[in-house]
Amino acid sequence: MDLTLKIWRQNGPQEKGEMKTYPISGVEEDMSFLEMLDYLNDQLINEGIEPVVFDHDCREGICGMCSLFINGEAHGPGRKVTTCQLHMREFKSGDTIYIEPFRAKAFPIIKDLMVDRSSFDRIQRAGGYISVNTSGNTIDANAIPVPKQNADKAFDAATCIGCGACVATCKNSSAMLFASAKISQFSLLPQGQPEAKERVLNMVHQMDLEGFGNCTNTGACEVECPKGISLENIARMNRDYLFASLSSNK
Amino acid sequence: MALDSKVPEGVLADKWTKHKGEIPLVSPANKRQLDIIVVGTGLAGSSAAASLAEMGYNVKAFCFQDSPRRAHSIAAQGGINAAKNYQNDGDSVHRLFYDTIKGGDYRSREGNVHRLAEVSRNIIDQCVAQGVPFARDYGGLLDNRSFGGVQVSRTFYAKGQTGQQLLLGAYSALNRQIAKGRVKMYARHEMQELVVVDGKARGIIAKNLVTGEFERHSAHAVLLCTGGYGNVFFLSTNAMGSNVTAAWKAHRKGAYMANPCFTQIHPTCIPVSGENQSKLTLMSESLRNDGRIWVPAKKEDAEAIRSGKLHPNDIAEEHRDYYLERRYPAFGNLVPRDVASRAAKERCDAGYGINKTGEAVYLDFAAAIMRYGGEEAHVKGLKNPSDVEVKALGEKVVEAKYGNLFQMYEKITASNPYKEPMMIYPAVHYTMGGLWVDYNLMTTVPGCFALGEANFSDHGANRLGASALMQGLADGYFVAPYTVGEFLSTDIRTGRISTDSPEFEAAEQAVRERTEKFINNNGTKSVDFFHKRLGKIMWNEVGMARSEKGLKQAIADIQALREEFYADVRVLGAANGMNPELDKAGRVADLIELGELMAKDALERNESCGGHFREEYQSAEGEALRDDENFAFVSAWEFTGIPAEANLHKEELTFENVELKTRSYK
Repeated sequence: MDLTLKIWRQNGPQEKGEMKTYPISGVEEDMSFLEMLDYLNDQLINEGIEPVVFDHDCREGICGMCSLFINGEAHGPGRKVTTCQLHMREFKSGDTIYIEPFRAKAFPIIKDLMVDRSSFDRIQRAGGYISVNTSGNTIDANAIPVPKQNADKAFDAATCIGCGACVATCKNSSAMLFASAKISQFSLLPQGQPEAKERVLNMVHQMDLEGFGNCTNTGACEVECPKGISLENIARMNRDYLFASLSSNK
Repeated sequence: MALDSKVPEGVLADKWTKHKGEIPLVSPANKRQLDIIVVGTGLAGSSAAASLAEMGYNVKAFCFQDSPRRAHSIAAQGGINAAKNYQNDGDSVHRLFYDTIKGGDYRSREGNVHRLAEVSRNIIDQCVAQGVPFARDYGGLLDNRSFGGVQVSRTFYAKGQTGQQLLLGAYSALNRQIAKGRVKMYARHEMQELVVVDGKARGIIAKNLVTGEFERHSAHAVLLCTGGYGNVFFLSTNAMGSNVTAAWKAHRKGAYMANPCFTQIHPTCIPVSGENQSKLTLMSESLRNDGRIWVPAKKEDAEAIRSGKLHPNDIAEEHRDYYLERRYPAFGNLVPRDVASRAAKERCDAGYGINKTGEAVYLDFAAAIMRYGGEEAHVKGLKNPSDVEVKALGEKVVEAKYGNLFQMYEKITASNPYKEPMMIYPAVHYTMGGLWVDYNLMTTVPGCFALGEANFSDHGANRLGASALMQGLADGYFVAPYTVGEFLSTDIRTGRISTDSPEFEAAEQAVRERTEKFINNNGTKSVDFFHKRLGKIMWNEVGMARSEKGLKQAIADIQALREEFYADVRVLGAANGMNPELDKAGRVADLIELGELMAKDALERNESCGGHFREEYQSAEGEALRDDENFAFVSAWEFTGIPAEANLHKEELTFENVELKTRSYK
């Protein structure tokens, strides 16, 4: 198929960026979206043009490294897929495709389509863990039974891949879906209880420090989330936050 | 240099306890004076960095991804083994040890494997304490499933995302130490060179991938937790960035590479669809618990399917060849990976392949769906349910077990695996070979350690499913944090290591020269052009079936490719700033050298064992013929300048606790 690609090019964090147009032909429908970009880059290199920089790694939808805002949607058309799982059969010959980076104040652009999402790491460092040292002497795993429905919900929250599609999609650039998934995983498990109050207070505080916006309940994040993380997590986080604010000793 | 594995004397089951008790301790005050570099933040790296920091060492951790959580351990699907015997099916530490030695085709070290089996139980306890959400049954206790090559259920799992959940657990432990300032994290950094001072590993040259700057980092010990080198085949289930550079630089500085030819070709991957494919996707081995593998029994049916005239669902049961069940009745579809892969290749080579390239077989869930549906109907008390009802109930059960895998398959292939069988074919997945390490996980460069997939020690010639996660976490949480003490206890008076020494200067200079050479090369072909050609050579001659003639040809071809690469590779852009093409060029340069050594290693190993299958050494039925008399050793290669002219050192493998037998899954 033949396509017209409009791609955001920006040489560095401080430089000015712009959309550039690249016609491309010979794209096959079995290619993934990123393979299509590889194919473009190969042609650009042959023409002496610097290839387009984008983040990617596992190419099977789990590492969360790939991003891209495609035709105005995080990870492009289709639900519950990352960009690397998007295939060209979703497009047709003659299409014009707009490819932009994930945009948010807390995700500064590094180059072209690559952004800095280290703000997510800093939110996690503010409390996204259970304080247990490696010893080999923790109690037997089966000594802590966890009701299956709680274990399943904790797992569903824990499947967040930290890609940032929720932030890129949100008109407020809010990271509430991400942060709430991380907080919920622990608040749903007995192991997470001792630090539950401090965790939610600290992680929400860090989220605010990073410059993410607030949540206005539009629900766009849930729709675009490649892992289907539920809005229920945001409700749980808000409840935990309120409870912790009123009852914490801090 | 004689290779001393330093496995402690004494009874197998007591070796680790005894050794741990005898390792000299480093006092808390002294630990604060000792720096450790950890390269890579997958399961081995994250867990090691976190544990060492908890113990009091100063840790610097490096990863090339934008966050430590994205290391490729994240993509592991099926599960993690542990000898918990929660299912009361006769499992034990000894049985896990035995299965691993046998599964590895008797080419791994008894002492290391037994230690792995021992600490496997602690891993599960540790992960649950960290909040890893493993699958549970309705009583709230942990659930298990079976994997290939074993007859017990010892695999703990979190749907098809076990690696993700375990890595997030290790990442959370790492985050806790980063927050405390005990670990300094360097993301988007890649190790470019190992710095050796007075014969000891004392630091690395790292590249800041965002700015392009080279940084000198010193330490008293360097831990390489940098994963495997499957990307030497270009197409593999590895992430795009997975590479051998850190390990290879250590190899060039004196660390021996052990058994580099031992590569795991995983039997259940989505087949190659076209020339522009960039990677292959695994379909978890756990699917073989319920899926049945088959091809048409009649060649004309296979041909009709290939040309689109026949649908697999229309082939009658008696005209299907469930070849694993036929050849290996005792283990059936759950034979180990090497056996399953070769059997698929055998059928496809004989003309029974079922996709347009002729390189695919079916993995069919129809029987499992009906079986589970029947059970559900019974539970629900349905009287005489119709086939349609049973099927619908069964699909729900299968979805709960494997939903994300089925979804992934459908996204990639546009075919619905609930309605028609999956198509699968073997693909490169894991490398058992790696840096040679002793019992303390130290390489032949004192102070340089290798953990996880980057070392060679536990899986012999074939790794069993769900054992990679076990080994990564065993090395990182429970082995290296203790064993580094033996080396570091002699270093308490050394003081901080300077980065101004001539050794750091020379290492940085070498890196700069390599980089400038690529930028100024003015060639005509992209890096991928060469990487793809390397992959073709490797897959055809150093892949599932190898021969003397093919391997010799491969060495010559790779040497020619290397020359062409340096003469004609084209890297655009500048050396400073973000330049992924430049980074890729450096990685591919090292993969080309490694490929040559792999071919050399395969050529010298005149036997078939595990994932290494030499066409000259097979039985009349096509089974691998091992040669214990002449090849029960680890090949450890010393770099001499040209990979194919490396010096071979042998570590003889002694088996005191298991009897060497022909591995039979019949």
